[in-house]
Amino acid sequence: MCLAVPGRVESIRVEAGVRMGRLNFGGVLKDVCLVSVPGIAVGDYAIVHVGFAIGRLDEAAARATLRTFAEIGRLEEELAELRATSDPDAASSSA
Amino acid sequence: MADAGGAIDVARLVCPTPVRERERVILGHGGGGTLSHELIEQVFLPAFANPVLDRLGDSCVLDAADLLAGGGRLAISTDSYVVRPLTFPGGTIGDLAVNGTVNDLAMSGARPLWLTAAFIIEEGLPIAELAEIAGCMARAARAAGVAIVTGDTKVVERGHGDGCYVNTAGIGIVPPGVALGPERVRPGDVVLVSGTLADHGMAVMSVRDGLEFDAPISSDTAPLHGLVAAMLSVCRDLKMLRDPTRGGVATSLAEIATLARVGIEIDEEAIPVASPVAAACELLGLDPLLVANEGKLLAVVPATHADPVLGAMRRHEHGRDAVRLGRVVAAHPGLVAMRTALGGTRIVPMPIGEQLPRMC
Amino acid sequence: MKHRAEYRDADRARRLAAEIARIVRRPWAIMEVCGGQTHALVRNGIDQMLPPEVEMIHGPGCPVCVTPVEVLDRAIAIARRPGVILCSFGDMLRVPGSRGDLFAAKGDGADVRVVYSPLDALAVAARHPDREVVFLAIGFETTAPASAMAAKLARDRGVGNFSLLVAHVLVPPAIEAIMRSPGNRVQAFLAAGHVCTVMGTGQYPPLAARHRVPIVVTGFEPLDLLDGILRTVVQLEAGRHEVENAYSRAVTDSGNETAQALLAEVFETVDRPWRGIGTIPASGWRLAAAYRDLDAELRFDVAGVTAAESPVCRSGDVLKGALKPDRCPAFGKECTPRTPLGATMVSGEGACAAYWYAGRRPRS
Repeated sequence: MCLAVPGRVESIRVEAGVRMGRLNFGGVLKDVCLVSVPGIAVGDYAIVHVGFAIGRLDEAAARATLRTFAEIGRLEEELAELRATSDPDAASSSA
Repeated sequence: MADAGGAIDVARLVCPTPVRERERVILGHGGGGTLSHELIEQVFLPAFANPVLDRLGDSCVLDAADLLAGGGRLAISTDSYVVRPLTFPGGTIGDLAVNGTVNDLAMSGARPLWLTAAFIIEEGLPIAELAEIAGCMARAARAAGVAIVTGDTKVVERGHGDGCYVNTAGIGIVPPGVALGPERVRPGDVVLVSGTLADHGMAVMSVRDGLEFDAPISSDTAPLHGLVAAMLSVCRDLKMLRDPTRGGVATSLAEIATLARVGIEIDEEAIPVASPVAAACELLGLDPLLVANEGKLLAVVPATHADPVLGAMRRHEHGRDAVRLGRVVAAHPGLVAMRTALGGTRIVPMPIGEQLPRMC
Repeated sequence: MKHRAEYRDADRARRLAAEIARIVRRPWAIMEVCGGQTHALVRNGIDQMLPPEVEMIHGPGCPVCVTPVEVLDRAIAIARRPGVILCSFGDMLRVPGSRGDLFAAKGDGADVRVVYSPLDALAVAARHPDREVVFLAIGFETTAPASAMAAKLARDRGVGNFSLLVAHVLVPPAIEAIMRSPGNRVQAFLAAGHVCTVMGTGQYPPLAARHRVPIVVTGFEPLDLLDGILRTVVQLEAGRHEVENAYSRAVTDSGNETAQALLAEVFETVDRPWRGIGTIPASGWRLAAAYRDLDAELRFDVAGVTAAESPVCRSGDVLKGALKPDRCPAFGKECTPRTPLGATMVSGEGACAAYWYAGRRPRS
């Protein structure tokens, strides 16, 4: 897939002219090349593939996506529950 | 040293003798002569000291008559240990060499008593490093309550070994009334695991050349016969035990399913993995089910005894995180299936070879 | 791991799957381009959660799978040269060339090393100035920036003993080739999220318009995949064919322009053969003229090494979605992960291996 994982930037340094970061992947610390994410700062999340940051993770977009996921299907479920409680026979026959 | 005046320092006119205090292992240390004896006397005897070993025979004679009285049976096992690097977070090859063989014996229900130890050492290994490995073995043996009773040392040329290989063989006694084996496994039995998975394999990976990462991950290397004894004390009717070392839990479960001609079903959500280990696996594209453990066991127990056995495991220091992993089923004999967290099902395959970090 | 665990919630996954089932009316064939998505679908059992109308076709998006035999043969030939250290991602070691794989070459004494990153291969070169260090640079647009960076640093730092055997490939030309192939059944695509993290979404609207296919940029976690499939089905049922971004936390329209500039400096496009598919025009990258001296193909003169693929292997049909892996006559018989005929069986990401590891067995 191009196994890429989000890591949090813990520190940034310049090593032999190259911008490198120490990134935290759920408790695992690894050095990552940050050359392609010039604006990234400590505390931001980068998306990392083969030791190289290929992009910055947009946390606002992530929150919005998760909010959408939380809503999807909920209305349908609530309607189904309403139908089930208002018509016990239908509920038992469809179970 | 000859000085400017040309006078000779008579005190220095001595016949050259072999250098006794060496820093590194040389081929001569494996030659069977004085150097071999020195290595044994300086490194191994001080570490392993016990009355049987101190006799330094080529073999040892053990008195087991009392131990076998009343129907006890002998268990014997051998295993060779190869790991790179030799020292890793949480242990060394020495710990593995003792605990690994102790655990192989323990999985047959045996109480391990005696070990042999054979070293194949690469020329150039620092003697201090060898001494540390021997020290680790000695500590592990004491902790496990086993004695290292005979051994051997060989030295191979530089480039012919990864520093040091260790082989240990072990002898133990299976108490009367204990009979573990695949033939006793039945559909309906429960599969337990004694704690978190993949700690050892990921600890070694974290210090391997080119893959290094920092994480609070240590090898789980530990002797498990005490845990097994605790389990047997609440359930004499344990069906089968396995220690999921190389190839991980997936391999051991597949072996159980194949040998017992049953299916096994595990629950993805039940799989215990410490969070940094899970993260390291995700980073490198590895499946924790396929990664080695050195201090964990899988147990097949009758469903009626699952809770008491689990309780006994959790009271033991090496089983604190024990959980129910799954169950034995009549369907799909020889195969291990997993119920995914999302409610799907998939087969857990036995891995083909060594797991390698993936980029995709 | 934060930003991954949140996208694995079983309840939400069930509701997304139920939503797909609720809106679907007709049968649809959707291709997930990326092998990582194939893997995640099968591994999590997501394909089993989908309504029967939705058929997922596993695409060519596994760089390991599509790397041609001749590239492997060249890598093996280079690895066997005295004094060479060949560095590769772990995935490539078991991929069969025409005679053996890199593991076998290693067994015969070649110095083959697994690295996590192209930059680690460069570090190996710096540590061993007396050896020639070659990096086997495979992968899609996602991986190419790291290879480009290794090349650029080798140049800047004057690491003369480092070179790259480049076999990078590009996703949009492959989509084009699939849509043009006779008997194509694919009606919509999940585009590979991390490829788009680098390249953005700009390359896809012309494809979507030309072939009238919805293309939904999709992530890799279970909820991401189900969301991508849901949005695709919504478009298909509505008769729309747009480019949609279902992975907005990692993908912007313009992508990573810094990485794109790096790629443009180091690489140039080239026609590239894809294992099992054949040559696709302008579907790969090679080192640009200014970096040609780092090209291992030239440095070791292996461009003449060519190879044929197994005649029994139908991985090309599998990659194009024309054949389900378990319908292939060789699947599970001559061809298993232990004895792979084609790369789709080798890589864990390959569609055939994904089927095998999920316990699918021959259907004949």
